Amino acid sequence: MPSRQQTRQGYADALIELGTTRPEIVVLDADVAKATKTCDFERRHPGRFFNCGTQEQNLLCVAAGLALEGLIPFATTFAIFATTRAADQLRNAIAYPNLNVKVVGTHGGISTGGDGASHQACEDIAMARALPNMTVLVPGDYEEAHQATFAAARHSGPVYLRLGRDSYPIVPELHGEFAIGRAKCLRGGNDLTICTTGIMAHEGLVAARELESHGYQARVLHFPTIKPLDTDALLLAARETRAFVTAEEHSIVGGLGEAVAGFLAENHPAPLRRVGVRDVFGQSGHGNELLDLYGLRARDIVAQSLALLQSRAVA
Amino acid sequence: MLDASQRRFLQERARHVRREIVTMVYQARSGHIGGSLSSTEMVVALYHHLMRHDPGNPRMPDRDRFVLSKGHCSPVLYATLADCGYFPSSDLKTFRRPGSHLQGHPFQPKTPGLDASTGTLGLGLSTACGLALAGMLQNSSHNVFALCGDGEQQEGQIWEAALFAHKYHLSRLIAFTDRNRLQTDGSTESVMPLDPLPDKWRAFGWNVSVIDGHDFDQIDKAVAQARAQLNRPTMIIANTIKGRGVSFMENVADWHGNPPNAEQFSRASAELGREESPA
Repeated sequence: MPSRQQTRQGYADALIELGTTRPEIVVLDADVAKATKTCDFERRHPGRFFNCGTQEQNLLCVAAGLALEGLIPFATTFAIFATTRAADQLRNAIAYPNLNVKVVGTHGGISTGGDGASHQACEDIAMARALPNMTVLVPGDYEEAHQATFAAARHSGPVYLRLGRDSYPIVPELHGEFAIGRAKCLRGGNDLTICTTGIMAHEGLVAARELESHGYQARVLHFPTIKPLDTDALLLAARETRAFVTAEEHSIVGGLGEAVAGFLAENHPAPLRRVGVRDVFGQSGHGNELLDLYGLRARDIVAQSLALLQSRAVA
Repeated sequence: MLDASQRRFLQERARHVRREIVTMVYQARSGHIGGSLSSTEMVVALYHHLMRHDPGNPRMPDRDRFVLSKGHCSPVLYATLADCGYFPSSDLKTFRRPGSHLQGHPFQPKTPGLDASTGTLGLGLSTACGLALAGMLQNSSHNVFALCGDGEQQEGQIWEAALFAHKYHLSRLIAFTDRNRLQTDGSTESVMPLDPLPDKWRAFGWNVSVIDGHDFDQIDKAVAQARAQLNRPTMIIANTIKGRGVSFMENVADWHGNPPNAEQFSRASAELGREESPA
């Protein structure tokens, strides 16, 4: 197994398998099939692939019509187009009537890189999460993306599946059973809880090992499902650990961090800090450079964790 | 071609539906009268004459589908569905009220007989494309009818759907434009000009006909011609009068989305021939 792979490839490989066994699955794209990798599905199942051209709004509504007739459409484009460009269609044509459409956004997050801020979806999770009926999945590596695609196909109802562009490290700890709505405990510990989603699972594990050298045992709780949030796992972590650091490749506004903070504030208040894009637009650069530049690395999780553990609020 | 008794029947159903539209909007104290009255003949012709459907089996697989892309004109659709027997006419009193299955804009999961949810403009024609594409994939012969507003065609998404339906040869898609030439802020041609509208649809590769949207015979003939199409979607541009049937509402933009007061309701009812007084 390679050490790094693309989450979008995990999606595309799962789609081909699903297409073979589930004739009701159809795939739509909006002129980015080579980039989202749905071109692989097109080659295998050409009669069930539809390229809408650069029509993201039409894409989501055509998918809604197909779902009304019992098909399972995977409407695929870049995350920025699936959410901000087609926000009304996502809300009114899919989420509101609770249709069985899978909206898949690749190239999510700041690591999309060179295209710059116009194409770096850092608010897509917030937008999808705000919609009633919507399930929001953000897998952390190739294998988990593959699992999430199968889970989305099994689930009845609208799903937003957020994927990335770059090759990300394979994280063997992620490869247990995938169930929508369940967090995965990647590492035990009772000093603090690091909550991760998407590719931050890897960074969270690296951070936990670093914290160990400072004498702290960090639990790493990974959330491939942002909505519905696994509140049981959070409540247990709140009882057993002293503080929380959340980490996501997304704005600190409206994503995992605020979901966790909101639940804890109402149910089991705990000191918490968020690692994420700090309410700014990004810029062009290589994906890895941008993860460094915008504070989305293990060292940023470590810094926030140490600051929190050594503050009066926790001590 | 309709025979005289069919024509009389449809005209009487249209008169009934118009009475229900005015009553619903009066009772709800909100709703869209003008565009409901302009599209009454089209919706009545579809449900009482042209579409294959069964109120006793709303999900019948090979039924013809209908999408009200101009979703704000829900009163004409709800009144017609009730008239067909999809739900009791007494439900119309609950229009726009909490707990009702008759939402301000069509919400498919709640209302018996609805084939799609619509609301914000421009979405419905694309959804109809999806329904037609699904029919093609499932080898079904049903038609998908859509009713668009003319003002709605200022939305860019309408033209996305126009390209899409042409690309995929959605010949089972038969759309109407309720060309009443008025929108919320005034004349379509002053707010954002649409003419020459038939040329635009022809340029997008659609089969286009232009009819009098209040003439049942012309509606019938245009749909028959559309059904004969083998590889092109159809747009029937129906010239209509906004507010048709109530003299003081005809061709007045202010009747787009305003309810009548008691005196106006009484006058409108008198013009449409009162069946019964509302509760």
